[in-house]
Amino acid sequence: MAKKEVVAMLLAGGQGKRLKGLTKSLAKPAVYFGGTYRIIDFPLSNCSNSGIDTVGVLTQYEPLVLHSYIGIGSDWDLDRKNGGVYVLPPHEREDGSNWYRGTADAIFRNLNFIEQFDPEHVLILSGDHIYKMDYEKMLQYHKDKDADCTISVIDVSLEEASRFGVLNTNDDYSIYEFEEKPPEPKSTLASMGIYLFKWDVLKRFLIQDEQQASTSYDFGKDIIPLLLENEKSLYAYPFEGYWKDVGTIRSLWESNMDLLDEDTPFNLNDPDWRIFTRNPNQPAQYISPSAKVRNCIISEGSIVHGEVNHSVLFYGVEVGENSAVIDSVIMPRVKIGQNVRIYRAIIAEGLVIPDGTQISPAPEDESDILLVDQEELERQLRQGITSKA
Amino acid sequence: MKQLIGVINLDHELEELKELTYFRCGAAVPYAGRYRLIDFVLSNMMNAGIESIGVFVRRKYRSLMDHLGDGKPWDLDRKHGGMFILPPDWNDPTDTSQGDLQHFHNNLDFFHRGAGQYVVHAGSRHVTKADLQDVYRYHISKGADVTLVCKKVDQLLPEHDACVKVDHDGDGNVVDIHQSANHPNIYTEIFIMEKELFLRQVQRCIDHGESHFFRDVIQKNPDGLNIAAYAYDGYHAVINSIDSYYRNSMDLLNTGQYEQLFKEDPIQTKIKYEAPAKYLDTANVKHSLLANGCIVGGEVEDSILFRGVQVAKGAKIKGSIIMQKCYIGEGTVLENVILDKDVKLTGGQTLIGDRSNPYILAKSTII
Repeated sequence: MAKKEVVAMLLAGGQGKRLKGLTKSLAKPAVYFGGTYRIIDFPLSNCSNSGIDTVGVLTQYEPLVLHSYIGIGSDWDLDRKNGGVYVLPPHEREDGSNWYRGTADAIFRNLNFIEQFDPEHVLILSGDHIYKMDYEKMLQYHKDKDADCTISVIDVSLEEASRFGVLNTNDDYSIYEFEEKPPEPKSTLASMGIYLFKWDVLKRFLIQDEQQASTSYDFGKDIIPLLLENEKSLYAYPFEGYWKDVGTIRSLWESNMDLLDEDTPFNLNDPDWRIFTRNPNQPAQYISPSAKVRNCIISEGSIVHGEVNHSVLFYGVEVGENSAVIDSVIMPRVKIGQNVRIYRAIIAEGLVIPDGTQISPAPEDESDILLVDQEELERQLRQGITSKA
Repeated sequence: MKQLIGVINLDHELEELKELTYFRCGAAVPYAGRYRLIDFVLSNMMNAGIESIGVFVRRKYRSLMDHLGDGKPWDLDRKHGGMFILPPDWNDPTDTSQGDLQHFHNNLDFFHRGAGQYVVHAGSRHVTKADLQDVYRYHISKGADVTLVCKKVDQLLPEHDACVKVDHDGDGNVVDIHQSANHPNIYTEIFIMEKELFLRQVQRCIDHGESHFFRDVIQKNPDGLNIAAYAYDGYHAVINSIDSYYRNSMDLLNTGQYEQLFKEDPIQTKIKYEAPAKYLDTANVKHSLLANGCIVGGEVEDSILFRGVQVAKGAKIKGSIIMQKCYIGEGTVLENVILDKDVKLTGGQTLIGDRSNPYILAKSTII
């Protein structure tokens, strides 16, 4: 294999429990976002746009959809003779077989994969976030600082900081302390889960961590503290721009809604930073004479006869006459009948919503977002929480 | 289907669409919001499992080559066979062939290398969803030498005048081929015949100084071939004038036509990575087709917007076809207009055409 300056390792094995029904049979990185994408399109497109052509994707939880989705990586221009995308599920070895026990363990067990490219640096990414980032700039910063490890950080509010891993830094952004979800944060620099390591340093500490008795094999909890203990040079790389953890139904909904603003903080139409995705290849969308579409994004193959307001419609969605979709996210190939009202909901892929169905969060919790999967739809129709006309 | 090889013969297709065919051949003209005319015939061939296809081009094919690339969208990037774009690069000093026979004579290797024993011939002007496997089965069951795919139209339209018409005996045996007006049974420029027979007839034509395969072999039929007609009954549009282009495009806004063209087998095209269409708060869109990548702030009615079109607030578009990446500035009014790719209207313009004669702006015009 030809030598690579940097190899990216994308952690895509997580379940994303808080996404409930959306991750019943697929891993979180495969969850749909933004009318035509899956979450993993963002880090993969970032790699492609940043000129990183060697990416290992670590899978574990329900990998079927992810594996077939990634394929040979041609949609992200990652079908390369030298490098390209590699799907790396856990595998049996001479010394036994184990699942990946943590993020660090997943990398440790693929040392051989990384070694074949003899890289200077390894970039650790996760498949949980919506953002556009030029990793090339981060690499330049990492090299300028001659850091052993550079962690990308985003400035959050003090209240929010306690939900994140927080990095306490000196004026030059050198890190002296890492605190996981501190009740009283000393800094507002939240880790984005993007780490750039010198490979020889990372390798040494991965091996060391594996030998520790009490480890959780986690980058945030174990590897970073271990590096700090050993007085390695760690720097925070301040990122400015849109970044959202879409780990909950609410944050997934919010992030979709962020796309609707006219001056959206997250522009998907930038010709210089395309977000690549597996193209569903659908015909142009049809907006009928009776339709009312406003303040929304709609993808190809959709047929709209009703009203769509402040919502995201994926491809192949149908909205019948006199139906209204408001403040909602409708995933691919959902068929919405006539006289349906959907308010503040995420409708899972492929559902058929019968004529006259009313879907909204329970009245006592107007701020809630209702996730409707097959089970929930049946439950609601049965219990009459949604009233059938 | 390994028995079939595809021939897309663009030799006779003149550049009939005014400004839209100034710089490209008819097969490369954008259609239906995100396709090019050639996508329909290629997708029909793909859906029939045809893996070896020759595209015979003569003029203005740069844009077509760019669109087709290596044939990947149609699964034609194959190790054996695949798609061959065969331009008129001919260097045989003994060659005496003329007309479309030049293509066949100079590309005999394409026919010999393809494993298929039958040739499916088509052009790009007739947009259909013909099931070519079914045509093949019919051809075999009829024991015919040639099978022509015909569409009996309900209503004769101006574009049908120039089409070839077919008479048969009611059992699908062709008795006459002609060009009379006011005849509803239209030849779709799709035929199927055995490869060896096809090549023998190519040689016979060349030996006799003939220049038009369909006319000299099938229509005149000097060898008394047994010709069958396959009755096709699906979506059909003939695009051979601006009038027919505009009218058939607009007809796709009728859901019946849209579903006929798109519901069953998918139509493949070159992939672009555009975000979904975005409708701003001020958007007012009705009775229209929009592709991804559009951003709409104005009014759009009875129109087709291709990929990446931007319509500023306060712009009004009606009865128009707006191709890829056009920008329609604030206060612009468009009615019955066709804008080719990359047209930029900076704002405040009023362009009004007539439904029977839409106003056309050529590619990359800036006003």
